[in-house]
Order: sequence, then C-alpha cells, then structure tokens
Amino acid sequence: MMTTNAAHRTDSAPVFGFWLYLMSDCLLFAALFATYAVLRTNTFGGPDADALFNLPYALVETLILLTSSFVAGLGMVAASRGSKTGTLSAFIIALLLGLAFLGLEVHEFAGLIAAGAGPSRSAFLSSYFALVGTHGLHVALGSFWMILALVHTAKSGLHQDTMRRLTLVSMFWHFLDIIWIFIFTFVYIFGSI
Amino acid sequence: MFGELTFAAFNQGPIVLGVQIFIVFGAAAVLSLITYLRRWQWLWKEWLTSLDAKKIGIMYLVVAVVMLLRGFSDAVMLRAQQALSVGSSTGYLTANHFDQVFTAHGTIMIFFVAMPIIFGLINLVLPLQLGARDVAFPFLNSLSFWLYAAGAALIMLSLVVGEFAATGWLAYPPLSELQYSPGVGVDYWIWALQISGAGSLIAGINFVATIITKRAPGMTLMRMPIFAWTALGSMTLVVFAFPVLTATLAMLALDRYLGMHFFTAGGGGNMMMYVNLIWTWGHPEVYILALPAFGVFSEVVPVFAQKRLFGYTSMVAATISITLLSFVVWLHHFFTMGATPDVNAFFGIMTMVIAIPTGVKIFNWLFTMFRGRIIFATPMLWFLGFVSLFTMGGMAGVLMAVPGADFQLHNSLFLVAHFHTMIISGVLFGFFAAVTYWFPKIFGFTLDETWGKRAFWCWTVGFMTAFMPLYILGFMGATRRLDHYPAGLGWQPLFIVAAMGVVIIALGGLCQAIQIYVSVRDRKQRVAGPDPWNARTLEWSVPSPVPFYNFAHTPQVEGRDDFWLKKKRGAPPELPAEDIELPRNTSLGMFMAGAAFVAGFGLVWHIWWLVAFALVGFFVLLVARSFADVHEELLPAAEVARLEAAARAQPI
Repeated sequence: MMTTNAAHRTDSAPVFGFWLYLMSDCLLFAALFATYAVLRTNTFGGPDADALFNLPYALVETLILLTSSFVAGLGMVAASRGSKTGTLSAFIIALLLGLAFLGLEVHEFAGLIAAGAGPSRSAFLSSYFALVGTHGLHVALGSFWMILALVHTAKSGLHQDTMRRLTLVSMFWHFLDIIWIFIFTFVYIFGSI
Repeated sequence: MFGELTFAAFNQGPIVLGVQIFIVFGAAAVLSLITYLRRWQWLWKEWLTSLDAKKIGIMYLVVAVVMLLRGFSDAVMLRAQQALSVGSSTGYLTANHFDQVFTAHGTIMIFFVAMPIIFGLINLVLPLQLGARDVAFPFLNSLSFWLYAAGAALIMLSLVVGEFAATGWLAYPPLSELQYSPGVGVDYWIWALQISGAGSLIAGINFVATIITKRAPGMTLMRMPIFAWTALGSMTLVVFAFPVLTATLAMLALDRYLGMHFFTAGGGGNMMMYVNLIWTWGHPEVYILALPAFGVFSEVVPVFAQKRLFGYTSMVAATISITLLSFVVWLHHFFTMGATPDVNAFFGIMTMVIAIPTGVKIFNWLFTMFRGRIIFATPMLWFLGFVSLFTMGGMAGVLMAVPGADFQLHNSLFLVAHFHTMIISGVLFGFFAAVTYWFPKIFGFTLDETWGKRAFWCWTVGFMTAFMPLYILGFMGATRRLDHYPAGLGWQPLFIVAAMGVVIIALGGLCQAIQIYVSVRDRKQRVAGPDPWNARTLEWSVPSPVPFYNFAHTPQVEGRDDFWLKKKRGAPPELPAEDIELPRNTSLGMFMAGAAFVAGFGLVWHIWWLVAFALVGFFVLLVARSFADVHEELLPAAEVARLEAAARAQPI
C-alpha cells in the first residue's frame, strides 16, 4: 500500500507540476507575443520587419532547433530502453544543436545592433528583442539544465530519479521548439511577406 | 563600487528618520530578545528550515500581520493628511511623500498582506482537508515562502535606504518611466514584486498539483470541501495570471534599465499596452484573493448553522465560472481608455455576468442558514458582516460596470470605497473568520469569544465610518490620491469622519491583540480537543494541535463531509498507524531567496557585481540541491502510533 502510494507520487506529481509550469510559461510568451503584435508597426522612423529579417537565416535556426528536439526525443526512446550510452550521446547531440542555435541567434542580434537596429531604436525592436530574446534565454537555461541532467545520468546511470530529470528536460526542450515555431511564423514569415 | 548608492539615500527628512530609527531599533530588539531567550536553535530547527506546510502557513501569516501593521500605518497617514490638508493648510506630508505613502499602502496591502494570507490559509488547511500528509512539493513550498519574505524585506528596506515609488500601486507609465521617475522608487517596486511574484507562481503550481495528485483515496473532486475547490480556482488563476505580471514588469524594467520603448511616451511606445497587460493580471488577482475567502465562509456557515451546505454542486459551478470569467473583464478598470463602444459594452456586460455566480454563492450561504440552528460565534459574525458589506460593495461594482456611469466615477473616491469594501469584507473578514475557526486546530486552544466579538463590532462600525463618506465624496467629485484640496468644496467634514473611522478600526485591531493575549494566558482552560465546533471536514478528525505527520493512517473517504458522516455512524474503528515518509528540513529555500533579495538590492542601486554574485550564488545552491540525494526520512509506524497516542491523550 505504502510503496504503491510512494511510487505513484514520485511518478505523477513532478510531471504534472511541470505541465502546469509549461502552461504558465505559455502565458508569459502570450504576453510577449501580444506586445509584439501591438508594437510591430511602431517603428518610429526606424527599420521595419521587412527590412531587417533574413528568412533563410531564420529557417536554418528553425531546422537546427527542430532537429535538436527530434534527437532529444530519440534520447528519451533510448532511455526507456535502458541504454545509457544511447541516451547520453543523443542528448549531447541535442545540446550541441541547441548551443549552435544560440550562437546563430547571438550573431543575428549582434548584427542588428551593429546596424543601428538595437532594442532601444524603436518600440517594434524592443518587442522583437524581448520576444526572441526571452526564448533564447529559455534555451540557454534549458541547456544548463540539460548539462546537469546529463552529469547526473553519467554519474549514476538510468533510474527513477534520472529518468524524471531527463523527462522534464525533454518536455522543456520540446516546449521551446513549439514556441519557436510560433516565433518563426509570426515574426519571421509574417515579417517577410 | 556601490552603483548609485550614496549616503544621501539614507537622508530622507525627519518623518522617515523616525521610521528608520524605529525599524533599526525594532529589529535589534527582536534579535536580542531571541538571543536572550536562547531561541535561535529552536527558531532555526522548528521554523525557519521547516518544510511542514502548517508551519510554513503560520510563518506566512506572521509576516502578513507585520506587513498589515505597516500598510495600516500608511492608511492612517493618508487619512490624517486628507483630513488636515485643506485650504491654506498643506498638512504634514509633502506631495511626493504622500504619493509614496499611497503607493506603498496599495502595494503592501495587496501583494504583502492579502496574498500571504491566502497562501498561509491554504498551507494550513488544504492538505488536511484533502487527507494528505503534505503538499506536492514541500521544498518548493518553503522556497515560495522565502521568496515572498525576500520581496517583503526589499519593500521594507526602501523605507530605510532610498525611496519608494510615487506612482500609485500599479505604476502606470509614462509616469513610472525613467524620464518622469528617475529615482530608485519604481525599481524597488519592480524587484520586490518580481521576487515575491516568482514565489506566488511556484506556490500556485504547487497547490494545483497538490489538489490533483495528493487527495486521499476516495476523495473525489466532487467530495472535496468547498475551500479546496476555491483554492483550486484561485491557484489556477495564479498559474495563468502571474506570468503576465512577470512579463509586464520585465518590460517596464527593460524600459528603465536598457532604454527600450515598450511603454515610453517617445520611441513608439504604447503606455495603454501596459495598462491592458497589468489588468490582465490584475483582475484575476481580485478573484485570487476573493475565492479562498468564499471557501472559508463555505466551511464556516454550515458548521455554525449546523446544517449541510446548500447547493454544493452549484457552489462548485459558481467557483469554476468565476475562475473563467475573471479573465474577460479586465478592461472595466479603464473604460475611459477610449476603446470603441462595442468593446466597452462587451466588458461591461461580462462584468455584470460575473456578478451572477457570486450572487449564487451568496444565496447558497443564506439558504444554508435558513432553518438552521445558528450559533452566533465569532466566525459566523465575520460571515454576516462580510455578506452585508460585500453585497453592498458588489452592487456599487455592478453600477460601475455600466461604462457610461464609469466615465463619471472613474478614479473617484467612489471607486476607492468600492474596492475597499470588496477586499476588506471579502479577504480580511474571511481571514479573521478563518483564524478564529482554525486557530484551535493549529494551536490546540480556542480564541476568546468576548474580545473577538468586540473586535468584530469595532471593525464593522469602523469600516462603515471610514468608507461611507468616501462613497459620498466620490459622488461629490473627489478624485483619489489628492494630497490637498480647496476649502470651498465642503469635503473636509466627510474626510474627518473617515479619519475617525480609521481610529475605530484601530480599536478593532487592539481588541484582537487583547483577544490573543487573553486566550494564550488562559490556554489551559481553553483546551479545544480535536473537534471543538462539531465540524464536518477531515481536518477535525485529527488531534489538535495537528501532529507534524497530519494523519497517522491515510483516511479512506466515503462521501462529502466525510468526518460528519462517520461521526453520525458512530465511533470509527481505530486504524493502525503507517510508516510515514517525511521531507527533511532544509535551509536552502531561505538561502536561495536571500540570493534573490541581494540580487534585487543590487538591481535597484545598479551595483552590477553584487547582482552577478547573487545570481551565481542562486544557481550554485540550485545545483547543490540537485546533488543532495536524500530529501526524505522515514518515520516508522511504531513511532507514529506512540506520537499519535500521546497527542490524543494530552491535547495541549
């Protein structure tokens, strides 16, 4: 009785709680998306979305992030089969792809700032940097967390505790992917047409 | 080295100097008292590092009461200034100081009094009502409390070092932008709210997860006490509303720190975007505070009417409706923005619609009392005070839901009187009822009824005296936040009456202090036993004070008002005690919140090395927590049985 209760608790509560967190994070992004939607035409005489965004570049970022998410999914498959090596290698690839995405984003931001289109240029650019930058900050924190989960897994193998960590990290990783799809659509595609 | 922090920040004039001396000596006195009584170890082991939800709940309430005294002092200052500052007299506060005081009053009362009251009550009662040993995430619970305490400390610090915002409690731009508020006041406001808001969000997630995953076997959703339902509604709102606040405050901070243009007057910014966003959080916030108070009254009324709650299902439906509708009424806070008539009409109608489920609740409580054998104990009096005032204030609210009427009443003292009626009767009276009702469960002895009733009458009469004049003044054209007005308007007599109301309320507070003193003094004669009110829900089935493990044996729930059912059926068989897994004490939550506090202070004063240091510290602690493998310890069944027998034999 006690053991089934305990097992039930460790399995369901953290995952359910993390779903709640992800929903709340959705609202955070919803506020930023709404702000972007309201402010995107307030260019204050500065450059607009059409002039600034490079759709192929954003497409490369998108493909890298999607691949990273897919590989993280393969990592979870490997974990559920009990293959520690498979899990670690898949997640390391996912992590490297995530870092590559971050590198591209930082490069893009630096280019915009150097071209005089920094976040303080206009309300439009403030909202753009806040929306995309918040996503980037999430990816950075997610990478940090993934490294931590991998260290735990490498140290102590696959068991209930590390499985929970990997499950939550990969949920977070997929969630960031979904947010990025919306950013790619509403910021980059709509901005280029 | 110290950013913008200079000695000038400590020099804020004679009134603030008095407060600074009071705070510094007060803190020193408390610390020396603890040292003198040799209570440090006890405080550390039993309270500060505890992960027991009941103790965290009590700590929330203690800090809330301290902050209530601060917020009330601000109210006294406001009322005194408005009673005095007329015609040729300019009162005793400068305009800027007056602005800081009303900003601090609003901010403190909502974020640092009402919110912790709600979290404190839920911590105390919810796990017990669900038949659970603890919340879903005990460590996060401790972290939430400490983040709240860190935010409260930061706002108190603004009194000693620097200044507070002079912008009103929601800091509307462009006034709150750097151009018009160049001091650190708005920054204190932003970071105090960000830190405590993070704590609120974590607590919201924790309590929703607790309700969904930790109910005892047989405790289906439709068997939960109404307090648990209202907690579910309220905490769901926290999960969905607080991220919007976080985003909004972050954007204001980016405007102020990095020169961005979200809400500025220039650069293409849109300040009405801020007002929309802040009320997207702000209106649900009203129900985050009100719903649990409704839950408290739904527990109190059946017990003191000695009758089953009328309309349980409709109560649940009303709670869910309010939860959903609270997200589609935010625009009624600024009908004067200039939206189209269609938009204003939609939000006006939705505002009237949300009054319907609230009305359903009121009728349910009244029908519960109908033909009941009512015991007029203090909790019931608080309910009767609440239901009268809340209905009246609610009607004032429905009046303002008509956009045409609102154009006249917007930002007037009528509005101020309306929302004080809702929050004082709704949240504060609910809190007082809850404290009287659950006090014996937590401490093992009841509170004195005589002083409780005196407190009730002082509060109710004081409330009417303080706020009825404001309704009238609002109709006479008095706007809110005036530090001075001409004598010819004829407002002064009403302001003086309102100020006398505050004195009567203060007497109510004094009665409550005496009530607690008298009750503690006579506690040996006031032993409560497990079930002093002949109550209906699970928390009354365990000994008072509640043992730290809550239930020796996980209860098997067979119906609504399960404890009542089993009482009627006769003595339940003694179930054997179980092995219990308990979370270990940890000080990590406190240190993480400490790091957040230091980071907040650094951000306020632009001391960047301190910010970096605190953030690194925060992450180091987080990683340290992940490497500490054992977070639980086991209490063997034999030990539980022994403790339980002792708790039942010796109630105090």
